[in-house]
Amino acid sequence: MLIAESILLTIATAATPLLLAAIGELVVERSGVLNLGVEGMMVMGAVCGFGAAALTGSPWIGMLAAILAGILFSLLFGFLTLSIATNQVATGLSLTLLGLGLSSMIGEAFVGSPGVKLPTLAQGIVEVPMIGSPIAGLLGTLSGIPVVGPLLFAQDPIFYISIALVVGVAWFLFRTRAGLVLRSVGDNHASAHALGTNVIGIRYLAVMFGGACAGLAGGHLSLVYTPQWVENMTAGRGWIALALVVFASWRPLRLLAGAYLFGAVSIGQLHAQALGLGIPTQLLSALPYLATVLVLVLISRNRRLTMMNTPASLGQPFVPDR
Amino acid sequence: MRFELVKRQQHSKLFSALSPFLALALTLVCGALIFATQGKSPVDGLYTYFVEPLLEVWSLHELAIKAAPLILIAVGLSVCFLSNNWNIGAEGQFIMGAIAGSILPVMFPTFQNGFVLPLMLIMGMLGGAAYAGIPALLKTRFGTNEILTSLMLVYVAQSFLDWLTRGPWRDPEGNNFPLTRRFHPDAVLPEVLPSSGSAHWGIVFAVVAAVLVWFMISRTVKGFEVRVLGASPRAGRFAGFSAKRMVFFAFLLSGALAGLAGISEAAGAIGYLQPVISPGYGFTAIIVAFLGRLNPLGIVAAGLVLALTYLGGEAAQISLGLSDKVARVFQGMLLFFVLGCDTLIHYRIRLVRDAVAARVS
Repeated sequence: MLIAESILLTIATAATPLLLAAIGELVVERSGVLNLGVEGMMVMGAVCGFGAAALTGSPWIGMLAAILAGILFSLLFGFLTLSIATNQVATGLSLTLLGLGLSSMIGEAFVGSPGVKLPTLAQGIVEVPMIGSPIAGLLGTLSGIPVVGPLLFAQDPIFYISIALVVGVAWFLFRTRAGLVLRSVGDNHASAHALGTNVIGIRYLAVMFGGACAGLAGGHLSLVYTPQWVENMTAGRGWIALALVVFASWRPLRLLAGAYLFGAVSIGQLHAQALGLGIPTQLLSALPYLATVLVLVLISRNRRLTMMNTPASLGQPFVPDR
Repeated sequence: MRFELVKRQQHSKLFSALSPFLALALTLVCGALIFATQGKSPVDGLYTYFVEPLLEVWSLHELAIKAAPLILIAVGLSVCFLSNNWNIGAEGQFIMGAIAGSILPVMFPTFQNGFVLPLMLIMGMLGGAAYAGIPALLKTRFGTNEILTSLMLVYVAQSFLDWLTRGPWRDPEGNNFPLTRRFHPDAVLPEVLPSSGSAHWGIVFAVVAAVLVWFMISRTVKGFEVRVLGASPRAGRFAGFSAKRMVFFAFLLSGALAGLAGISEAAGAIGYLQPVISPGYGFTAIIVAFLGRLNPLGIVAAGLVLALTYLGGEAAQISLGLSDKVARVFQGMLLFFVLGCDTLIHYRIRLVRDAVAARVS
């Protein structure tokens, strides 16, 4: 494999969890809810995914457990902010704090235990009877294409899911009636309620979708990116995902650019550390966070663009009056 | 059977006072359940966590040492949160305060006299305030979301401290351990009651800061400005208050207090700098601020409660063999329950049998 190919592959692997968590949060925010608990849901997904895979030996069950953990955790947030109208910022923060604590408690049993890595699409599909092996063969051939081949055809299944989710969400939000309703709930919940839309119900669904995506992102971290459990292994990625949503000004396709840019920064700093250019490693590992601040500043300078796309009811609690 | 929220005409005074206690009680119940799932007796667990640390003088001193940074930071955060500025980067400001305050004893160890300690405390406050000024500047100048920028800067500060203690500030005579040189006696924050135990002056700073900020918020025009701009930015504008100046005021004040907490921890509890100097005080202080209902005097009590969870965590690890991570679960749960119980202040909960009944009533 060429060096360029392997770098592209690692960038995609680093970008996928960011992309997944961000696309979930984008839908949540489009419905008018600000869930700052992405980091907490993600780390719960990571620990539950790793644990389930280690106990059953199946990374697929691990992924399922990661998604379920994300959904369950998001429901906690949903109940507080939607059903009993608590402050969304504070509740999201507490979701993150609880997630980090709970995951390190659950994960203590798994520290140092060997990880189970999710197979790539080609490795996984061979198992399917009849059509499995020809498809795997085809994927094998296609991934021989120089530079882009491995990037497009030799990845883990979650990578393909992440791309499909972004395209699917873009289509859903802007091309379907249900997407229009979801956006209307986020832009003006009072009007949507007056029109007979079930604001709280739609927000619950959006929050659960966000939880599923964050859980999957966590599962990707502990089952694909680095197949092991390390305390606080999300390392702020949930927060970067939140920043990416702002960066993308709430447009799904722009998330792709943002997530891959950040993937490139974090992989770039790893390569720079390996090369030993004499730059302190700590400065390099701070780079993704500094880049986030920089990007946020650049994007927020253009106020018209931000104002135009920000869901107007973002962060405001809604209590239907009867 | 389901429930709905009915807005109260006025805030419920009863639940304003009761909600922190309700939240504590619920946390204890859930805590007992956690102990049961870990195969420990809930009674033993709760006793070890919340009673045992209070029975001995030395552990009361430990409580004061742990509570001091929590209270100092949370008092500053209460001004931020009351004025609707979401500074969640206090952990970074704590670290930067510790670094700025340590410049004198680490880089100029021969400069030893009575001025060193006051200068260190002032530099610590300036360091914390300057670091908190970054998100404030970005928010007022460019409209950048302060939640995300202040949090990102925590990771940057952690990396910076790590680099300092492993690189330029490492003690040349420290056998390659990533520690700075030990602070000389003039640079150490003394104990309050040297004869009885190790609690340093940080707890005194914390209580003084709480009383001063309480006075500011409840008895001065500035405090009125904080609350008006937080509750309604529009009303604040009509009153002639500047929202931008308030952003700076809240961030610089909370940054300075977090910085003071940082240098007090370094000069009082630790005595040198190391790659990690905080067990998440800056984040736990967010819980303290809410448990104290954003009232500085309530925060003093809340800070002691949260400090108790740190101590209880250590005690339970030693005597029951329980993971010290349980303490963080307690802290996270507590904030959930506080926020949930606060709903009762503004709403009544009404149970309804079905949708039809709801419409009829």
